Amino acid sequence: MNVPIDDNLITYLEDLSYLTFSDDEKNRLKAELKDILGCMARLGELNVENVPERSHPFDNVNAFREDDALPSFDRGLILQNAPECDGEAFIAPSAVAG
Amino acid sequence: MMTHDLSALELSRAICAGKLSVLEAVSAAIRLARQNEHNAFLSVAEESSVRRAKKVQEQINAGEIHSPLAGVPIALKDNISAAGTKTTCASKMLGGYTPVYNATVVDKLERAGMIVIGKLNMDEFAMGGSGETSAFGTVLNPWDKSRVAGGSSAGSAAAAASGEVPLALGSDTGGSIRQPCSFCGATGIKPTYGAVSRYGLIAYASSLDQIGPIAMNINDSAALLSVISGPDGKDSTCIIDKAFDFPGGEENQSPGVKIGLPRNYFGDGIDEDVKIAVLAAAKEFEAAGAVVEEFDMPLTDYMIPAYYIIACAEASSNLSRYDGLKYGYRKDGANTLVDVYRHSRSEGFGIEVKRRIMLGSFVLSSGYYDAYYKKALQTRALIKDAYSKLFERFDMILSPVAPTTAYKIGENIDDPVKMYMGDIFTVSVNLAGLPAVSLPCGFDKEGLPVGFQLIGDFFAEEKLIRAAQVYQNLTDHHTKRPGGRC
Amino acid sequence: MKWEIVMGLEVHAELSTKSKIFCGCKAAFGGEPNTYVCPVCCGMPGTLPMLNRAVIEYAIRTGLMLNCEIARTCKFDRKNYFYPDLPKAYQVSQLYAPICSGGFVEIEVNGQKKRIRIREIHMEEDAGKLIHDSPGGKTRIDFNRAGVGLLEIVSEPDFRSKDEVLAYLARLSETLLYLGVSDCKMQEGSLRADVNISVRPFGEALGVRTEMKNINSLKAIGRAIEYESARQIEILENGGQITQETRRWDDEEGKSCGMRKKENAWDYRYFPEPDLLPIFIDDKWLERARLTLPEPAHRKRERYICEYGLSEHEAFVLTGHKNISDLFENVLEHGGEPLESAHLIMGEIMRLMNDSGTLPEDLSVDGRKLAILVDLVLRSKISRGAYKEAVLAVYANDAEPETYVAQQGLLMMSDGHIISEAVDMVLADYSDAVMDYRAGKIKVFGFLMGQVMKKLGRAGNPDLAQSALKKALDAEVGEG
Repeated sequence: MNVPIDDNLITYLEDLSYLTFSDDEKNRLKAELKDILGCMARLGELNVENVPERSHPFDNVNAFREDDALPSFDRGLILQNAPECDGEAFIAPSAVAG
Repeated sequence: MMTHDLSALELSRAICAGKLSVLEAVSAAIRLARQNEHNAFLSVAEESSVRRAKKVQEQINAGEIHSPLAGVPIALKDNISAAGTKTTCASKMLGGYTPVYNATVVDKLERAGMIVIGKLNMDEFAMGGSGETSAFGTVLNPWDKSRVAGGSSAGSAAAAASGEVPLALGSDTGGSIRQPCSFCGATGIKPTYGAVSRYGLIAYASSLDQIGPIAMNINDSAALLSVISGPDGKDSTCIIDKAFDFPGGEENQSPGVKIGLPRNYFGDGIDEDVKIAVLAAAKEFEAAGAVVEEFDMPLTDYMIPAYYIIACAEASSNLSRYDGLKYGYRKDGANTLVDVYRHSRSEGFGIEVKRRIMLGSFVLSSGYYDAYYKKALQTRALIKDAYSKLFERFDMILSPVAPTTAYKIGENIDDPVKMYMGDIFTVSVNLAGLPAVSLPCGFDKEGLPVGFQLIGDFFAEEKLIRAAQVYQNLTDHHTKRPGGRC
Repeated sequence: MKWEIVMGLEVHAELSTKSKIFCGCKAAFGGEPNTYVCPVCCGMPGTLPMLNRAVIEYAIRTGLMLNCEIARTCKFDRKNYFYPDLPKAYQVSQLYAPICSGGFVEIEVNGQKKRIRIREIHMEEDAGKLIHDSPGGKTRIDFNRAGVGLLEIVSEPDFRSKDEVLAYLARLSETLLYLGVSDCKMQEGSLRADVNISVRPFGEALGVRTEMKNINSLKAIGRAIEYESARQIEILENGGQITQETRRWDDEEGKSCGMRKKENAWDYRYFPEPDLLPIFIDDKWLERARLTLPEPAHRKRERYICEYGLSEHEAFVLTGHKNISDLFENVLEHGGEPLESAHLIMGEIMRLMNDSGTLPEDLSVDGRKLAILVDLVLRSKISRGAYKEAVLAVYANDAEPETYVAQQGLLMMSDGHIISEAVDMVLADYSDAVMDYRAGKIKVFGFLMGQVMKKLGRAGNPDLAQSALKKALDAEVGEG
């Protein structure tokens, strides 16, 4: 598959990943992605018709827990690592504004 | 008594026999960890270790602990969560993060009377094969400080190989236990996927990650694997029925096993010295009564692509939670939500992590999913099936761990493709979820350790460990220490 | 031009399991912020999900009740997007292999029956809640709701009117309530509906649709549909074009507005969730689920009418809420006569609920106790007045009916001797009135009756007293 690795693609991926790269980094990244994807393109040679997709290394199914409510965690501990909180909730910049 | 001359099992025996106190063993390890000669340690938990050492001593004296590793100090790769101990993944993103809960393996170590003395350096979020992507400095190879220790469990292998700590835990996603063991001359086990709980292991690639032991010899590694393995109600993928129970004793019988040797792994891409040492190991097995048979490993061209597509896809999702809101780095002065997201993530993550997130986002994005991600999952199925067929023929496969020995710091870091190619012999094991042990088998001309791996079928750890015990009884490579100590 | 409105619904029902879908935290509404949370539902590094078996059970039961096919193998996928209410920055949901597909719901509007097809039902986790009341316009994040199990029920675009949508939602929430799968409280957000809506000239191809989110009540759904269809028709009649977009309904303003483009055209990068195993549902599991299904409300109505001789109206009122029909059937199980029991619940019980502001979901009355009272009143052991009083005692204080009526002296006096003694005394005391009666002033009978009852006290059996008095009055005449 021929992928156009251009500024548009990099910007699109930056948006999806919430990352920002400098222009220098972007240029480097473009070259690297071209190399890496070129290497990955080898998969195109393989005939995988009717091959199932394997997302686990094994075929086990059904791992459940029973519906028992357990005591929750101490709120202080939950918030302990928060960059910003008010003792009750995590705080973020407004999620409504722009 | 020089505690670092003892194996972990010997150390525990000495402690239980009253020849040495837990505190002495722990203090010796802390002293070396504090010196941190190889930048293997990111933090040392002195206060809590001393407290624990005293408690464990009481438990041992009261006969309450019956583990063959009771009283032994251990250090953890810094992606394994321990409540109240900083766990950074060697990333600026988690530089100030302290977990509020224990990983399941940490609970198990504590129940076995072991003492976690510190956390070990690594490639950032376990992404890397040289220890150089750490935000807190590169781990130095104990055999040559101008060289890398391998990765991503760089600190784990360096600390164990140099005797700074008798045991370490690492994690292996695409070779991250085996390759640094090979570079540092340590003995490690990558368990079957689902043998050890991942709960509390900060995820890189969920369907490939597995925690495993690193030590100076197979008996110590096997004993540690027994401690950390077993089912866990907190990890759906931990499918093992019951914990392993490997005797720490010496196995001396001939393995009498059928070993496959992948002919095509010894072609152009591999260092001559590595080839010689690994083939010599195969000869050693033959001499011990094993049947060694060559074969051609199929699908080798597709292993690296399939691995990196799957690993990066999962990583891009697993690392999205670092958004500067709940924990981890938040960019000062970012005032809008989008700025907090973008700037915290761009500054909190290093370049290799960001590269893999971008790659992962790409292979999952609409329009490319089928050509990349879906195809990689199908390739994974083919690789898994190929191994299943091989294990109808062989009990295990013997192969090099890495095409080279430890390289110079900075030599490969700017060439991601070359770096990724270094994982050629290890990644398929993770794609198929198989167990493998990594053992030292000699040195190259520069005096750097060479390692090989034995790969087994699903949950065939016991077979691999017996074979490894036989090998280490016949050879002395694993007893060599950096700095000429033996 | 005559326009036809075409709609499809995506309904999110919050499951009323005891714990969340992937951890043991309480799945409860309300609570102080971040008090029903743990490392798992806060998405802390290293945590892993463990699937709550009850969520699968609930999904299977819902699928069966809505005539769906249940997938033998299904799995979870990750839906990736950043938002402060989503702790892991992905939602565990089902895209590639949902648990149920291809069902239908039968509705009736203006006497016309119609089938609304269900495309699929899938399981997913709810997000947390954002509170926008912080000083400085900051957003506070509460993860109590994060990780509560949800079913998303997706219909085909089969709706042609607001009334059809409302009838469907009524039938759907009735079904979920009967299953005990969700409490379906729109105002608390445990039932949420997104409406896909487009308009077209009759008989023509489907138009471009918009998706309306943030609709929080049945009334709001009606308003949102009216607003949006009118908006689209106006645009099209003026020669404009509809943009495919997600629109947010603002019920206070009574209008919808488009959400930012970027949020619409999002690329969610779904992929199979590696931390969870696939779910395999075998025949035995399915059969077991089938056996535990409750009787659907419409089937109950038919049965109430045929078997118990209730009117259509009565049957409808009694099946209006699962707790009401449960109570009714509970009374019957304990021997309550159907008609009298039905009247008791529709009359006295519902009046008491109304007076005390009790919602059906909070109703808790012991059917056995009501059955005893029904029996007592039908066998004339207590008067209607005493019945009412005893029902209140059972309703309000969970009183034991037999003890209560005995202690309060409500059991009717039926001893003939005592009654005739009382009658004799009244006849002697009020001889004037007796004479008036006998002279044809029949009106005084009521007065005399009252005096008899007064002598007998609250427990006097009025029927027996009445006939005894009448007999006595008439007998004296005969003798004279």
